[in-house]
Amino acid sequence: MPDAAGLEVIAEELRGADPSAVLGTTFDRGRAEIQIDPSKNIEVIEQLRERGFNFLASLHGVDYYPQEPRLGVVYELLDMTEVDRISLKARVSIEDPRIASVTSIWPGSDFPERECFDMFGVVFEGHPDLRRILMPEDFEGFPQRRDFPIGGEPILFTYNETDHYGKDR
Amino acid sequence: MEIKREALPQEMDFRSRQLMSRDMLRGTLEDEDLERFAEQAVMTTTLDRAVAWAQGNSIYPMTFGLACCAIEMMSIVAARVDIARFGFEAFRASPRQADLLILSGRVSTKMAPVIRRIYDQMLEPKFAISMGACCSSTGVFNNYALVPSDKFMPIDVHVPGCPPRPEALAHGILKLRDKIQHHDREGWRERYDAVGTEEVIPGA
Repeated sequence: MPDAAGLEVIAEELRGADPSAVLGTTFDRGRAEIQIDPSKNIEVIEQLRERGFNFLASLHGVDYYPQEPRLGVVYELLDMTEVDRISLKARVSIEDPRIASVTSIWPGSDFPERECFDMFGVVFEGHPDLRRILMPEDFEGFPQRRDFPIGGEPILFTYNETDHYGKDR
Repeated sequence: MEIKREALPQEMDFRSRQLMSRDMLRGTLEDEDLERFAEQAVMTTTLDRAVAWAQGNSIYPMTFGLACCAIEMMSIVAARVDIARFGFEAFRASPRQADLLILSGRVSTKMAPVIRRIYDQMLEPKFAISMGACCSSTGVFNNYALVPSDKFMPIDVHVPGCPPRPEALAHGILKLRDKIQHHDREGWRERYDAVGTEEVIPGA
């Protein structure tokens, strides 16, 4: 992790390239985090990648219900020569959950982005094959959203496995 | 040698009982005295209760773990909470030989039909313990993927905890023993139609 001062240095560099890209920084319990504008995620990530954070350790979604904008996409970047980590958080609204895909930078982000789409309904624009990865293809809703009603999932025994979603498997 | 007979006190002391037993073994005890001896020496019970006593003292659990609770379940057969003291030590690897299914961990909607099938393959009398918060109420994994265990099978005992300590599970098993030996005649399984679900392979 960069320390609190190092985080500010990185944030200033990013602001130097585009003043509106960085929305804020947080340094909490040894973890450095930069909140970014979701429409400028590619530029910010490219810049950090040039700086050495060239490994995408994780990409995941968060639902901040009832805060707005509700959905978050978190990129965990790793600098493998300096052994340094940094988190990027981009918040998108529930009405228009769109963010650019980073598959052009890291092809390995294909499956994490599909999972984030599957669970939270975040649409990654430019993704080569954006469809559900864990849930059945005809599943309705996004199950990890906080307002998803739980307790109603059918248990598919042999006698009723053709009555519910996934019947054409 | 002549045996001196005298009236026994109402509550016999140990010595007089000993004398009575000796007479009984010699065959010299007759009529009223013999009846009295039988009353005091023979325990009467019903076959149901005798069978329940035996069942409750030799429950064979199924070798079946689902998640982190299974680690606690494994340790109940170890030295500290040695469950073999009560006759439950033999974890059977086949549902056909097991009496007790301990659901130790979270049950996903995909695992639920599998567990139900294992439960159905067990032979009557069979019992189930739901161990830990996840299995009883989905616990910390309160999301779309999990299902509480008594939504799809009958559960005799719920053991709370996250995970429960081995002592808690041992207490749950002893509760189950108590239930089998004394209280299972309340017939909750019949009331909820939770009997007669064994899977029988036709022609086998």
